[in-house]
Amino acid sequence: MEQKVGSFEVKKGLAQMLKGGVIMDVVNAEHAKIAEDAGACAVMALERVPADIRADGGVARMSDPEIILKIMDTVSIPVMAKCRIGHFVEAQILEAIGVDYIDESEVLTPADEAHHIYKHDFKVPFVCGCRNLGEALRRIGEGAAMIRTKGEAGTGDVVEAVRHARTVLGEIRRLQNMPEEEVMAFSKEIGAPYEVVLETRRLGRMPVVNFAAGGIATPADAALMMQLGVDGVFVGSGIFKSGDPARRASAIVKATTHFQDAKILAEVSRNLGGAMVGRQISALTEEEKLATRGW
Amino acid sequence: MKIGVLALQGAFAEHQSVLESLGVEVVQVRLPQHLAQLDGLIIPGGESTTIGKLAEDFNLIQPLRLFGREHAIWGTCAGAIFLSKDIGRRQPLLELMNITVARNAFGRQVDSFEVDLSMPCLLEVDPVDRPFRTVFIRAPIIESVGKGVEILSQLSDGRIVAARQGQLLATSFHPELTGDDRFHRYFMELAK
Repeated sequence: MEQKVGSFEVKKGLAQMLKGGVIMDVVNAEHAKIAEDAGACAVMALERVPADIRADGGVARMSDPEIILKIMDTVSIPVMAKCRIGHFVEAQILEAIGVDYIDESEVLTPADEAHHIYKHDFKVPFVCGCRNLGEALRRIGEGAAMIRTKGEAGTGDVVEAVRHARTVLGEIRRLQNMPEEEVMAFSKEIGAPYEVVLETRRLGRMPVVNFAAGGIATPADAALMMQLGVDGVFVGSGIFKSGDPARRASAIVKATTHFQDAKILAEVSRNLGGAMVGRQISALTEEEKLATRGW
Repeated sequence: MKIGVLALQGAFAEHQSVLESLGVEVVQVRLPQHLAQLDGLIIPGGESTTIGKLAEDFNLIQPLRLFGREHAIWGTCAGAIFLSKDIGRRQPLLELMNITVARNAFGRQVDSFEVDLSMPCLLEVDPVDRPFRTVFIRAPIIESVGKGVEILSQLSDGRIVAARQGQLLATSFHPELTGDDRFHRYFMELAK
């Protein structure tokens, strides 16, 4: 009876256990506890939430392992952490301290402008962002065990999250409905590995779990993404940049479970205090957009 | 046959698709009224703290306890934690099964693993004796079993990973991820 660790089945499996849940950005142990108590299914350990990364400017890197370890000691739920795109040594460090998932994230400043990390080499699973199906399937080809649509982090504006989810889900519908002989050209057009394209066509969905991220700030935003057809949501700045984080966090968790029940959505949306102020996507310059990072 | 899957959070769709492939009618359970007319219920893997909190917030704890006295319930991973009497920390539990469970008993995600295990109980639904592929993801173990509980499977070091108490079933691992439907058929026998 040989035990096999770090298989793709086991990496993908943890993401399956996160489905229907909310993954929350936290910057310290106190936030992590609030997130766990509110019903988060995992937390993302960070030094600064994306709204602050935006405001501060400069180079954004992997967090100090000390902060991540403190958060790991505080909560019993899975702890994720971010490394820069292509920075496989940051990823090795995160694996060495035992994080449960690595987010190779466009929110941090990219370390490589052509290549992402070869993720099959790691025992720890990776989640990666995408704006369209081609980007998602390239990441899966490199070994990502979970995908999130990027949206536009740190804005509190859900419009990009909707655009990216609709794009991905629409491309999958198109792929399913085309005749067999067009699949190779489609694969070429979107720049994705043919085998993964075929598997997506057969399954009628991506072969890994797909969450939404980037701009979700209210229970209604979370339910909107769920109704569009994603498996769960990441909420970054939306919780701890709001007036009453504990209350809002709990409301977003409930809205993600009961995403089809408008009466419950109305109930949990009441008296949440101020949402994060946010920034409209249309007011961002091209350089300010994080979603364009990733190749 | 009509079986519910507790759909508060976690891998409920995976259980649903196995059950549907076996011709079972499946109901997603998010509120107490969804338990009506069910022959059994599966509590999926997910985060037990999240599932427990949502069950409490939407007044499901008591209805689930009453349901489990009369009907079959199967908890996988987080579901096994939720069914248990005691886990050595404070979080909402159904306390239906006379077992104590330790969460994250194998370590963190990098320690998650797959292994083939002997599962004699499955001979009841499939006469061909062969191992069952078990997938353990940040998995709990059943530390001890009390009166009325039968041990169904153990790892080579003796740790308990599947147990049954009457029509209640707990597994540390995830049969819904393996493409082998014998455990689901075993549960359907309990729900009959």
